[in-house]
Amino acid sequence: MTARIGVVTFPGSLDDRDTQRAIKLAGAEPVALWHKDKDLKQVDAVVLPGGFSYGDYLRAGAISRFSPVMETVIEQAKSGMPVLGICNGFQILTEAHLLPGGMLGNDHLHFICRDQKLRVENAETSWTADYTAGQEIHIPLKNMDGRYVADERTLDMLEAEGRVAFRYLDFNPNGSLRDIAGITNEAGNVVGLMPHPEHAVEPLIGSGRTDGLPFFTSILKKLVNA
Amino acid sequence: MARVVVDVMLKPEILDPQGQAVQRALPRLGFEGVSDVRQGKRFELEVDGPVDDAALARIRELAESFLANTVIEDFTVKVEDEKVGAGK
Repeated sequence: MTARIGVVTFPGSLDDRDTQRAIKLAGAEPVALWHKDKDLKQVDAVVLPGGFSYGDYLRAGAISRFSPVMETVIEQAKSGMPVLGICNGFQILTEAHLLPGGMLGNDHLHFICRDQKLRVENAETSWTADYTAGQEIHIPLKNMDGRYVADERTLDMLEAEGRVAFRYLDFNPNGSLRDIAGITNEAGNVVGLMPHPEHAVEPLIGSGRTDGLPFFTSILKKLVNA
Repeated sequence: MARVVVDVMLKPEILDPQGQAVQRALPRLGFEGVSDVRQGKRFELEVDGPVDDAALARIRELAESFLANTVIEDFTVKVEDEKVGAGK
């Protein structure tokens, strides 16, 4: 038996197919979900992929957050279904208030695309259990609106509760406060990050590393052993 | 018909690099004495029917849930003078 992991396609999603491919490589079954469908096709978990849904109009993720599929995703996430938001998916999760804080334009005002070094800070979420805390990994990053912001109280809370899941190392690519690259909700089932683990799952492409694959093997193990 | 204007600004404590870029360009254009610029968004809503308290309450709700993300932004709602609006 394997797990069924849904990947939502919004108008303007770019990395939905890469994400489906990463899920398959990890040994799970990818299920395509459509933004206009409230039905999640009985998947066990959902990934909101990267891209520029609705052209980032208004704010990145602001319009997608109100799509029919998100109604069900928000409801199910609150009752424990694992949800991963990558890049635009992370922006949608903050807009939906499933994760605290918000995302704004990079402080240098340019699009950025690079291999990014990260430290795994929390290896206990549904999506990070196959890493070890403190592990340093390289994952491609590409964004325009990647600056994570939150008020000091929220930042202190995230730090105190171990909810900073990933931190930028050596170089902060977008001005994110406290070098935050990704965070988790309190329960650990909802995780969002700016870098793209689905682009680092095969030795043949990209940086030649497979540092992103543990996201997808983590969730598979969690779901199959559940 | 009346026009309701919703202004959305980043919260004061949040860095606004676009506003800073505008501010830095000012001396080059011969504008001196502007020490800070912050850039926001303005929404003009053409509302059918009277803008009574109930309509304004609905627009505030819309601004709070959609036009602004109150985690990072503040907003104001105001009804534009109908005479001014009609003159356009």
